[in-house]
Amino acid sequence: MAEEHPILEVRNLKKYFKTPKGMLHAVDDVSFCIQRGKTLGIVGESGCGKSTTGRSILRLIEPTSGEVLFEGRDILRLSKDEMRRMRQKMQIIFQDPYSSLNPRMTISDIIAEPLRLHRLCSSSADCEKRVQRIMETVGLAERLVNSYPHELDGGRRQRVGIARALVLQPSFIVCDEPVSALDVSIQAQILNLMQDLQEQLHLTYIFITHNLSVVNHLADEIAVMYLGQVVEKAPAIELFEHPQHPYTKALLSAIPVPSLKKRTEMQPLTGEISSPINPPQTCRFAPRCPYACDRCTEGVPALRHLGGEHYVACCLCQQ
Amino acid sequence: MNNHNILLDIQNLSVEFRTDDGVVKAVNGMSLQIERGKTLGLVGETGAGKTTTALSILRLIPDPPGVITDGSITLDGEDILAAGKHQLEKMRGSLVSMIFQDPMTSLDPVLPVGEQIAEVYILHERISRQEAEKRAGEMLELVGIPALRGRDYPHQFSGGMKQRVVIAMALACNPKLLIADEPTTALDVTIQAQVLKLMKELKSKYDMSMLMITHDLGIVAEVCDEVSVMYAGRVVEHGTLEDIYEHTAHPYTEGLFHSIPNIDARARRLIPIPGLMPDPTDLPPGCPFAPRCSYAVEECGKALPASISLSDTHSVACILRQKEE
Repeated sequence: MAEEHPILEVRNLKKYFKTPKGMLHAVDDVSFCIQRGKTLGIVGESGCGKSTTGRSILRLIEPTSGEVLFEGRDILRLSKDEMRRMRQKMQIIFQDPYSSLNPRMTISDIIAEPLRLHRLCSSSADCEKRVQRIMETVGLAERLVNSYPHELDGGRRQRVGIARALVLQPSFIVCDEPVSALDVSIQAQILNLMQDLQEQLHLTYIFITHNLSVVNHLADEIAVMYLGQVVEKAPAIELFEHPQHPYTKALLSAIPVPSLKKRTEMQPLTGEISSPINPPQTCRFAPRCPYACDRCTEGVPALRHLGGEHYVACCLCQQ
Repeated sequence: MNNHNILLDIQNLSVEFRTDDGVVKAVNGMSLQIERGKTLGLVGETGAGKTTTALSILRLIPDPPGVITDGSITLDGEDILAAGKHQLEKMRGSLVSMIFQDPMTSLDPVLPVGEQIAEVYILHERISRQEAEKRAGEMLELVGIPALRGRDYPHQFSGGMKQRVVIAMALACNPKLLIADEPTTALDVTIQAQVLKLMKELKSKYDMSMLMITHDLGIVAEVCDEVSVMYAGRVVEHGTLEDIYEHTAHPYTEGLFHSIPNIDARARRLIPIPGLMPDPTDLPPGCPFAPRCSYAVEECGKALPASISLSDTHSVACILRQKEE
């Protein structure tokens, strides 16, 4: 695997927003890479910068600095035209199937729009055929072609969002909380669909979520983010079995487990996420960390190699 | 079970919404009971009728279009459905209160939070504003917010803090029953853990009963004593935590467990429940879950299965269990 070039490599990605109160460090020096056909889960709570990371990679928001190498090319240097062509290969599925579909377009129009924008159809019959094929792939009944989004339930709407992303036959998809607006029984249907599609079409996913148990089922590798930075990155199994960073441990223990065995008394983290505006040059988790010591305020801990594929940014985990 | 011990008793409740597009049957003959000092988890998916049931207890169903067509609700010996307007106003907040899902919309944005809590005391206990504000400050301290912050407005608080304010307000008059409608759905997991812990502590401190409405079986395992699983406006299975988690009886409950991504069982592929919740304007005859049920037999479509008890604490509404008897 090591010789193969990663499909996507992100180096020192930064996105700062100017606000009246100062610089908001939404994404602060994030680096990772993904091999073709794999899934990277990006996990964190609201405000940790996971969605901004996902959008910056597709240049839906222009990053402040850094490099995003897709199939070896730095896409941050591409012109607008070149970027548009590049997006055929890079797509996104949004969180809210209620607001990410145009309410005035029919399902077939929504799914066909990317084809039209990229002028990929030779005729309208060809276009129709492709739309039908993709609807079948994602499990949407043919009778729905002329329906409008409001006539569908959440699960079907999310299938439309997936169909729209897949119709261009991309190789890489950013999935930004694709199931968090859905009920559990529907959520399981969509997760299984996404897994099947990945196998059939050899897709590469970045799966952004706040729910660690969801990525447990999908991701090969997981990056945990806190206040704009990756604090821990490891293969999924390793991360669940041997979490190192105090924040990862806290996240894992805060998930209510639907089982009566293994009941442990919850030890919730105290305090709340601090402000991302002009953050101090220290460990950003230190104010909430039960193990924090003097060394934690001596600078931002770098992401260091622990052995295997396990990386962690904590000065206490590095001996 | 001693009758005196039961705080809330709902029998055969039916609620429908009469809209232009037809009659939406939100709750169809549902029954549940909560003992004093216990927490009941009411579990189900969107549209199962959980919130409608909760609003019926407070008589807050918007009427029109909502109508309670059948059944009875008895809370602490009082017949809620027969209560007059004045009696209901007295009861809400002091006997029973409710925490809503979204703390961002259940607070008044133009009033400082301390004043909003003080309002409860002024209405229910007829004490002076000064005294009420002092007690509001004490309530805030109790939920872990410095009393001084009572002067702040809701937008100055984070989501978790706002939910704490809402909890303080709900508990101000020491109610006997607290209804919590998805109280942590809008919060991050680490904040959710804080809020759940706080609610558990306050519940035992005040010796309240609690109705915990949620779709998350993990939260139920964390805070509840008993569970009722709702589907299409009815309770399909009821039991203690152990009954439901270890001796799951209803196919729908089983389906729910299979479709939750489980942090402990990685390789297992999720087994979703096929299909969708039935349209509440057009419920199928017979068992409403039958069209999605992998164990369904012909008889399931004929008549609504009655609730049968499997043990003193465990009951289920499924025809297949009846046969086994």
